Amino acid sequence: MCTVCGCGAGETKIDGAHEHTHVHEDGTVHSHAHDHVHDGQHTHAHGDDHHHHEHRGAHDLDYGSGPAHAHVPGLSQARMVQIEQDILAKNNGYAMANRQHFDAHGIFALNLVSSPGSGKTTLLVKTIELLKGTVAINVVEGDQQTANDAERIRATGVQALQINTGKGCHLDGHMVGHAVQRLQPADESLFLIENVGNLVCPAAFDLGEHHKVAILSVTEGEDKQLKYPDMFAAADVMLLNKCDLLPYLEFDPDLAEANARRVNPHLTIIRVSASNGDGLRAWVRWIQSGLEAQCARRAASVDALKRRVAELERQLAEK
Amino acid sequence: MSLAEGVLQLVEETARREQAHRVKLVVLEIGQLASVEAEALRFCFEAVSRDSMAQGAALEIVSVPGSGWCMLCADTVPMQERYGVCPTCGSYGLTATTGMEMRVREIEIE
Repeated sequence: MCTVCGCGAGETKIDGAHEHTHVHEDGTVHSHAHDHVHDGQHTHAHGDDHHHHEHRGAHDLDYGSGPAHAHVPGLSQARMVQIEQDILAKNNGYAMANRQHFDAHGIFALNLVSSPGSGKTTLLVKTIELLKGTVAINVVEGDQQTANDAERIRATGVQALQINTGKGCHLDGHMVGHAVQRLQPADESLFLIENVGNLVCPAAFDLGEHHKVAILSVTEGEDKQLKYPDMFAAADVMLLNKCDLLPYLEFDPDLAEANARRVNPHLTIIRVSASNGDGLRAWVRWIQSGLEAQCARRAASVDALKRRVAELERQLAEK
Repeated sequence: MSLAEGVLQLVEETARREQAHRVKLVVLEIGQLASVEAEALRFCFEAVSRDSMAQGAALEIVSVPGSGWCMLCADTVPMQERYGVCPTCGSYGLTATTGMEMRVREIEIE
């Protein structure tokens, strides 16, 4: 059957040759059979002797060579191909692999996002100082240029890797996958990713972290969560930073919290000040409980596997 | 720009698999709540597709209207903006159900 229109080709056959009717220029109509020798020329075997003619093809005309392998008059060989795939599918795949790695090793991973200048790095340094000695920590620093932030983190004594994104405005799952390979974080450790200062694009790019932590400083507007809702919706925690400056500003922290909850009713909000240390205990406690939960999950899966192995061994022994 | 590169990657992979010479048309589905600026995406796609199979391909962006589920009304309601208010009861507890799409729907190749 013809793949273009569904017609049944080759139904009319006379001794293995097709029969067809055609009209000559002078108006005579006749019917004749011809052999199939489609090598660029074909000869008609006419029953009468007028208009003996021969077609000789100077060039091959191959209508079956295009991608459609068929020809329809008026249509080109172009065809539509369904893709139906998410544009971010590739990144999501890398992120998934990272998350599986983190989960298999009981690593608790956080992605810190904010606009530039909200105090992410200072907050990280203070957080590390409070947690150092209780848990192994690795830090990935994302910035367009310079290794300044990674150097600030390394000064605290923990391992840090700087990723410069160049023209890029966010880290992606692939970059973080490489960072994990380079840093080789220990089992049951804390993995902190400081994203590029940007409240827009990092929201869409999953890195494989367990939680996004959005940082908003009180020197920004109370309505930033409404202006850049994606980020605050994607985050599970919002740290309201630089709260020590509140007496000098016309910033309403209650309004800021209400706006954040408008965008994300499930957001955990902690008011902190990285410079004088207010609220940092609550933030560190939140990290510790996350770490414990992650370790417990891993232990549960390891224990479950051990039980399963013991059960299988017992069954084998019985046989 | 990353989105445009993501689009190009999907398009090129498909075109190569189909042994095409050229990509003539790319059809995207972008939700109205996906925070994607169609004109910016067009500009970026033109830039990243230069010297690729998709150079000069027409970009058709199909806009998918937003809608969300309102917990209080227990109903699907239209949404103009993400985290918008429910047009029926005025609450903010809407969960977007459509309009978040960022997909490559199909391509035309030859």
